[in-house]
Amino acid sequence: MAHDPSYTNQEFKVIGTRPPRPDGLDKVTGRAKFGADAFAPGQLVGLILRSPHPHAQIRKIDTSKAEKLQGVKAVITSADMPDLTNGNRNMLDILENCMARGRALYDGHAVAAVAAIDMPTARKALKLIKVGYEILPHVTDVDEAMKPDAPIVQPYVRTTGVEPKPKKASNVSQVTQFGHGDVEAGFKEADVIIEKSYKTEQTHQGYIEPHACLASVGPDGQGELWVTTQGHFAFREVCAKLLGMEVAKLKVTASEIGGGFGGKTHVWMEPVALALSRKANRPVKLVMSREEVFRSTGPTCSTSVDVKIGAKKDGTITAATATLRYQNGAFPAIWAMLGAMTSYACYNLKNVKTVGYDVLVNRPKVTAYRAPSAPMAAFAVESTIDQVAEAIGMSPIDFRIKNAAKEGTRASYGPKYGPIGIGPTLEAAKNHPHMRARLGKNQGRGMACGFWFNFGGQTCTDLNIGVDGTVTLTVGTVDVGGSRASLSLIAAEELGIAYERVKCNIADTGSLGHNDMTEGSRGTFSSGMATIFAARDVIEVLRERAAKTWEIPVEDVVWEGGQAVAKGKAHGNLTPLTLSDLAAASPNSGGPIAGHNEVVADGAGVSFASHICDIEVDPETGATKVIRYTVIQDAGKAIHPDYVEGQFQGGAVQGIGWALNEEYVYGEDGRLQNPGFLDYRIPVCSDLPYIDTQILEIPNPNHPYGIRGVGETSIVPPLAAIGNAVSNAAGVRMTHVPMSPPRILKAIKSEQAELAAG
Amino acid sequence: MSAVLVTTTINGDRTEFVCETDETLLDALRNRLGLTGSKEGCGTGDCGACSVTVDGRLVCSCLVLGVEAEGCEVNTIEGMADGDVLHPLQAKFIEHAALQCGICTPGFLMAAKVLLDKNPNPSEVEIRFALAGNLCRCTGYDKIVRAVKAAAKEVRKR
Ligand code: FES
Ligand code: FES
Repeated sequence: MAHDPSYTNQEFKVIGTRPPRPDGLDKVTGRAKFGADAFAPGQLVGLILRSPHPHAQIRKIDTSKAEKLQGVKAVITSADMPDLTNGNRNMLDILENCMARGRALYDGHAVAAVAAIDMPTARKALKLIKVGYEILPHVTDVDEAMKPDAPIVQPYVRTTGVEPKPKKASNVSQVTQFGHGDVEAGFKEADVIIEKSYKTEQTHQGYIEPHACLASVGPDGQGELWVTTQGHFAFREVCAKLLGMEVAKLKVTASEIGGGFGGKTHVWMEPVALALSRKANRPVKLVMSREEVFRSTGPTCSTSVDVKIGAKKDGTITAATATLRYQNGAFPAIWAMLGAMTSYACYNLKNVKTVGYDVLVNRPKVTAYRAPSAPMAAFAVESTIDQVAEAIGMSPIDFRIKNAAKEGTRASYGPKYGPIGIGPTLEAAKNHPHMRARLGKNQGRGMACGFWFNFGGQTCTDLNIGVDGTVTLTVGTVDVGGSRASLSLIAAEELGIAYERVKCNIADTGSLGHNDMTEGSRGTFSSGMATIFAARDVIEVLRERAAKTWEIPVEDVVWEGGQAVAKGKAHGNLTPLTLSDLAAASPNSGGPIAGHNEVVADGAGVSFASHICDIEVDPETGATKVIRYTVIQDAGKAIHPDYVEGQFQGGAVQGIGWALNEEYVYGEDGRLQNPGFLDYRIPVCSDLPYIDTQILEIPNPNHPYGIRGVGETSIVPPLAAIGNAVSNAAGVRMTHVPMSPPRILKAIKSEQAELAAG
Repeated sequence: MSAVLVTTTINGDRTEFVCETDETLLDALRNRLGLTGSKEGCGTGDCGACSVTVDGRLVCSCLVLGVEAEGCEVNTIEGMADGDVLHPLQAKFIEHAALQCGICTPGFLMAAKVLLDKNPNPSEVEIRFALAGNLCRCTGYDKIVRAVKAAAKEVRKR
């Protein structure tokens, strides 16, 4: 593992080791309880009726027959979920997404729901609900949706960010702009200018566990929700608000989560389950089918992006622009804005300008997917970077190194960078043996860089010492990929004890203060920070207890190697008191020993990655094979390197799927054609080689251990890295993701035709 | 409603359950018997999260009817460890961090066990193809393949 001592001199004892994770045994024996694995006495089965139309007025919903069916305990429509949002349009959008209000906005939009004693009855009941639809014209393509005569998805939306303020509704919900300098002047200085347009298709996070919950609300206004989520505290607040419940009266427990990647940051059917339960006064279990997951939850945007980059012969980029059009599904969001912010974050540019258009279409509401919006922008920018490098006769890696952002660079989205890792990842890529591996026939190599902000946010953590000296660490950030192990390591490090003596639990919303979602790569960053402070809090108490026992001033007691040690000549003969000693004495020395911390963890460190890959293209069929893949990323500090590598590898492979195969296919009828894993093909084991990883550690100066957060950046470079590799292998520039065999073949054929004609 | 009584052996124990004739083995295991270790990721035979063995054959239990298990020996993830001793695959999955979220893990373990029972010395390619019916969205499969290799070595020692 690369480690640059000039950045840090911290010596760690257990941080950086690879112990087994605390939830490992439960997960290899089938004992771990996920969203669909809970049962409650008297529970009912919930099912949702969904619109088959991409856009339709709902004239009438007749639920009378369903209600009369033996075994049906509740049927609800939007009438049972009144608008209590008090003019908060964002909340109303969430409510409307959970249950259509007068209009179905996409294929798969919920229109009614039932709770029944068993699945066969619930299915029968759904069939008995009669919905009168009046079909409206629809639009599912981002560029089509921007045309002046496109059907309007949300009549209330007026474009923000343009002057004068528009009076007419538009599918463009906002226009955002970032950058600095004078791009026109910059392009005039350029020896070479490359301008190109790119498209990426919509993909899904594809977590293997469908959304699932068990909801229970009584007439006394109290409720419980067991749910697979990335943030049970946020779910509690949203659900309570939408249902008119008091926050404290709704207890939300996060189940083990079977993957989220951003898709479980958002409520989809949990408010519906609660509403059903309230109406039936029985617990209701609601589990989505895979088809529902695809049609109705969290995909990422499809995009259309124009990029223009100019450079001098010496390799200096003189100006760069990007115009990014991202579809957000049927509800306004900020995805193009994030794309516009991240586009050029890797580079040190004098003149740069990016403009984002957030666009509404009749598709499901887009939600975060791992470094949301950055991969598509990176695909367009990094593909163009390669072409500029080629045009001026520089190697892609040297061209990137020459223009890489560094400490002090003003980022294209505004701030000045502190110590950052883009330069070091590029240098590491240049020196990596992968760069020297021989390429075979029809094989091409590509590389690309990526950036993600990372987030901090609100966190609250408890650390309790048991009478036997073991440590209970209670956190409120959901463990999506091994954070309990990392946080236990951090507690052990601070307290100077063995990892095995710490047990980390995820608290329900009744047991701890508010914690933000596990998103933005914040889990280990922010809960790690709170754990450090909570442990230091505990050490204060331990020192006091030791001082009291010894009857010496607390200033003379230090905490060293897991024990209280008396310092100073006067106390030379005092035997150190271990954590266990102090814990055993605690009932008589002042009671329970506990530490606590609540923090808004500011200062998440930006993170950069460089990926290299080799792809073989079959010129006859357009089929591709990934031959080698290497991920190099700055982690700040790798707490548990296994799980850091795991994040790198997982993100890279999701990116590989996105680049080569995965795509939402909408028919002319506006319906999703491939809502299943058979036709929406994610990478399988036999598609892939080992994914090589290299962890760099350029500490984040804003975190006591230097942690940056590692979960997201790894999905940013793959689309572009693979795009560059495929283009090099096939001898034709690929501009449309996914680069599925038909698309590659078409590109090869049209290039050949052009050559023949030319 | 046309429930029938099914008599099977599950993880070595004679087990009876009642299920509808159109009910999947997966639903019977999970909802009737409380064996929720087998997961439903798709319900259409595409993800392998529901993998179990029926008379030694690896199947997607979401594609098998409960009534088809009549007279058969069914093994699930809950029966993989031998008392308090984990199967080498289970131990190596933990040791090699071959799981992140863990929802796919029971299915991978069942599929890998069937592989190692037949071929205790599989190559990387053989492992990759034997596990190609199981989807994992978290790991990129790298550490899974390594864990299976390491477990195979253990199995060969026994
Ligand atoms: S649930 Fe059976 S294969 Fe996916
Ligand atoms: S570990 Fe999450 S799907 Fe495999």
